[in-house]
Amino acid sequence: MLIRNRKSWELTEAEVTPEALYRNRRDIVKAMGLAAGAALLAPSLPASAVEAPDNKRPKLDYIDGGYGTDEELTPFESVTTYNNFYEFGTDKGDPVRFAHRMETKPWSVKVEGAVAKPGVYDFEDLIRPHQLLERIYRLRCVEGWSMVIPWVGVPLKDIIARLEPTSDAKYVQFETLADRKAMRGLSFPVLDWPYVEGLRMDEAMNPLTLIAVGLYGAELPNQNGAPMRLVVPWKYGFKSIKSIVAMRFVKREPVTSWNEATPREYGFYSNVNPNVSHPRWSQARERRIGEFRRRKTLMFNGYGEEVAHLYAGMDLKRYF
Amino acid sequence: MAVSARTLNKFGKPALFAALLLPALWLAWNWWLAVSGGDHVLTVNPIEYTNRYLGDWAFRYLLAALAISPVADLTGFKRLILFRRMVGLFAFAYACLHVASYLGLDLFFDWRAFWEDVLKRNYITVGMAALVLLTPLAITSTNKMVKRLGVARWQRLQRLVYPAAILVAVHYIMMVKSIQLEPLIYAGILAVLLGFRLIRRAVGRVRLSER
Repeated sequence: MLIRNRKSWELTEAEVTPEALYRNRRDIVKAMGLAAGAALLAPSLPASAVEAPDNKRPKLDYIDGGYGTDEELTPFESVTTYNNFYEFGTDKGDPVRFAHRMETKPWSVKVEGAVAKPGVYDFEDLIRPHQLLERIYRLRCVEGWSMVIPWVGVPLKDIIARLEPTSDAKYVQFETLADRKAMRGLSFPVLDWPYVEGLRMDEAMNPLTLIAVGLYGAELPNQNGAPMRLVVPWKYGFKSIKSIVAMRFVKREPVTSWNEATPREYGFYSNVNPNVSHPRWSQARERRIGEFRRRKTLMFNGYGEEVAHLYAGMDLKRYF
Repeated sequence: MAVSARTLNKFGKPALFAALLLPALWLAWNWWLAVSGGDHVLTVNPIEYTNRYLGDWAFRYLLAALAISPVADLTGFKRLILFRRMVGLFAFAYACLHVASYLGLDLFFDWRAFWEDVLKRNYITVGMAALVLLTPLAITSTNKMVKRLGVARWQRLQRLVYPAAILVAVHYIMMVKSIQLEPLIYAGILAVLLGFRLIRRAVGRVRLSER
């Protein structure tokens, strides 16, 4: 007898939007628009077609990487036009407007610290030895909105394994490019540039943690953190650092950018947690981009089964 | 500047009224486009966009209302004052829409969540305090109310606009993540407008004592 245990990140069939309904969603929304009064109650809004999909990005070869969700994908236009990438400006529309100024080829990553194979790695050398996987993850921004994004990438643990960290490596610190010429946002000290993020070693080695090099089957657009970025789906989006130029293996918890800027509001861990409010707003609910009403935020963004053990015995109100 | 008050009242005010209404009409037009499936400017998060947009325009109009008396003084075009009430009332109207969009669109009339936010989230507390301060100013804006209160008392009451505007600036600075440029620019403009009044008062005092 086959007993299939549904993982927590999977949805039941009943929750899945039927394909026919999904494919017709724009027609449905249009029809709703005709009833102008009723339109305000519409469950979802069509995404704005501000720009044609960036199909010029080179396609990637990948296989299904598991952890799939059947939730409706956030449209490509939404994923690539509504971004927080403060190096290009604080408006959500700034990254898509200005990120093309960033040069991503060639790209190299400095690997330093408690590791047997330090050095400056070419992007190709770091990524090419690995099979690319597609992972469809929920992304929950600390600001209270969320998306479902089909990433293409490599589990960070596989990359780290090749670098051979020593026993002194307790944390990994990541750094984003800080190029004053290409990044207009750097001229105002919103944060102490360059942007720095970090993970505890066991978080970095968790199978969910991904280095993404693409989305929707093609290379990452610049505004999404090309050519390589971190994706940690159970943490608020700002932990998933973009356009990585350095990885440091360190003994002590690194000082991360948002934590340094506003320690009261952004902790080192920043796990998605509906029970711990941001001091200025509740985190209990989120707006899925494309939907009208807020939905409940899930503990660890719904990835508890995979990651809850990492925080066993920790007071998550204190280590927020 | 030989424009009569009558001309200003007859043509200037309706024109200004229409102009001040434009941002709201433009927003409504884009919502119409959004629900009918067309291209619009509301981004993929139209509710947040709407809320920010209405808040921005409320603050801009509040600053514009506060700029009228300094500009009238500096240019000698004293009749500009005729327009101040309308600009101030529009600021209040956009502020109300701003709160309404938060309560209606964002929270979907979840009153409990709304009151929790007002009491617990400092930047919302500050913003609501500003609206509370502006409310009596809007209520007493009619000619009848000016007469009933007497000009001196009415004027004293209307000075609540200064603390209200400061609260609005603080609300905006507190709302953004980290420290950002835009709220500081707005706060800077407000500082200039309030500073002008302090200087004007000081100069007025000196002139009086010289007499």
